[in-house]
Amino acid sequence: MGKTIAEKIFAAHLRDEPFEGTKVLNLDCVLCHEITTPIAIADLESRGKDRVFDKNKIKAVIDHVTPSKDTKTAVQAKMIRDWARRHELPDFFDVGRNGVCHALFPEKGFIRPGYTVIMGDSHTCTHGAFGAFAAGVGTTDLEVGILKGVCAFRQPATIKVNLRGTLAAGVYSKDVILHVIAKLGVNGATDAVLEFVGPVVDAMSMEARMTLCNMAIEAGGTCGICLPDAVTAEYLWPFIKDEYADVAAAVVDFRRWHSDADAEYKQIFDFDLSDLEPQVTCDFKPDCVKPVGEMAGIKVDQVYIGTCTNGRIEDLRVAAQVLDGHTIADSVRAVLSPATPKIFSQAMEEGLIQIFMQAGFCVTNPTCGACLGMSNGVLAPGEVCASTSNRNFNGRMGKGGMVHLMSPATAAATAITGVITDARTL
Amino acid sequence: MEKIFKGPAIFLDRNDINTDEIIPAKYLTEITKEALRPYILEDLKLDGFDPAGDELKNARVVVTRENFGCGSSREHAPWVFEVNGVHTIIAQSYARIFRQNTFNGGMLAIELPKEDVDALFALQEKGSVTIDVDLDAQVVHASAGGLKSDFPFKISEFDKALVKAGGWVEFADARY
Ligand code: SF4
Repeated sequence: MGKTIAEKIFAAHLRDEPFEGTKVLNLDCVLCHEITTPIAIADLESRGKDRVFDKNKIKAVIDHVTPSKDTKTAVQAKMIRDWARRHELPDFFDVGRNGVCHALFPEKGFIRPGYTVIMGDSHTCTHGAFGAFAAGVGTTDLEVGILKGVCAFRQPATIKVNLRGTLAAGVYSKDVILHVIAKLGVNGATDAVLEFVGPVVDAMSMEARMTLCNMAIEAGGTCGICLPDAVTAEYLWPFIKDEYADVAAAVVDFRRWHSDADAEYKQIFDFDLSDLEPQVTCDFKPDCVKPVGEMAGIKVDQVYIGTCTNGRIEDLRVAAQVLDGHTIADSVRAVLSPATPKIFSQAMEEGLIQIFMQAGFCVTNPTCGACLGMSNGVLAPGEVCASTSNRNFNGRMGKGGMVHLMSPATAAATAITGVITDARTL
Repeated sequence: MEKIFKGPAIFLDRNDINTDEIIPAKYLTEITKEALRPYILEDLKLDGFDPAGDELKNARVVVTRENFGCGSSREHAPWVFEVNGVHTIIAQSYARIFRQNTFNGGMLAIELPKEDVDALFALQEKGSVTIDVDLDAQVVHASAGGLKSDFPFKISEFDKALVKAGGWVEFADARY
């Protein structure tokens, strides 16, 4: 019997099996941010175990609230900053050099095919786009990861999601993943890895694959995963060029991490996406999804473009293309948070920031900000936000607020008209 | 505080209760578990449920439906139960991270089949429900208004070991 990529990664990292069905894995990357790490740091200190298993495998960032907005967030930032300095972490990203974790860490080349990655953040599944097993964990798992470099998992089943056809113009990976979540349901992939394959994935950039894998958790998935290929190797090339003769050699090596043809899957879904329309969520759960046409005309108060789902350079290009030459409706305010400083400066060089600002957007520094109702665009009760983020839970972006998830194109079109709008109709 | 797996139960009759409802993100700026205490289930909208009410204050066990704890990875969700004296959750199913977080903290996230969860909910008609979990025998003892019912449950050896060790840090530290 062949193996799936997830099974191969598990086998290659197995440290211990304390009980049948429990796999303790060695970790290649332990990622940290200032919201979930400080309590782990404090607990390690109180146990007299303020140590790190390998300072080169631990990466840390301040991203959720940055720069700090009040004393509490300043204390959180200080705790992770002091800890990173104390342990001389080479990869700590402080204010000014920081961006949204799931955009920043891949951009730095930290994530490689076959890696095991954990972070105290549910959207860690994003990193599976590189052919890694990447799982969101809580603070205790993070704490043990920091101290011991291991994490325990049940061997997850794999669900194969075959994405066939060709996406129509104006339809993006965000629309694909919203559609997939709608079909699987919010717990359709619990305790499973979602392996995305097929021509639609093959044609996707790394950015688009990250958007896809980012929302695996919204179907309950432990990790989203794409098989590493030439697109992966090209993206990683600046970081791996000393390890391989050329890109082609890297691609061949990456095949170690491909699922075998006779691998066993818990379930296989097959979606033909050629007729897929842009998708928008309609309620407080990410599996409540409708084609944009059925949502068109719903009034919004705010448009938010950014986050670990859709704050990357390609997303900004798509949104700017829709916005170019337009101004946003008087009835809305719109916020753009480029996900990392690199994306921000690239967007400046390409003239995208100019387009956003001329359209009337507020452009913020890279941060999670309003995505989780922390800062930079929190909603008032009763307000509605069109957002490129990944979660529409009741109160997510502010108590009593409503969030509609959509692609950057749909969000930009919505900013122009003030009501949910299909960008293809402008 | 010693963890006890028994006491009055509160019933949350909905699927997919997410971690933002259990503890809203705006409180994640707290750096002690204790500070979370007043905000338990603050954003949960459910008929007849009052996050400030006595029923929640007295509860030591939560009984709920499917996919409990979905959404964010925040361990603040099991913590906010812990600091309010709730160390046992009984549900039909959990989101993976929430379930793991609960066991990692040495608390119990018991899974029961739908019929049993339905039976527990039905027990409320007899009066307020008290739960007593026998971890070794793997049985949930429930009683209400003089009526008693037992519900055997399955738990992985690993999860059981975590509860007995007091949590994953203790377990891992002793072993790795
Ligand atoms: S952008 Fe939003 S979803 Fe992504 S890591 Fe930040 S808070 Fe979480």
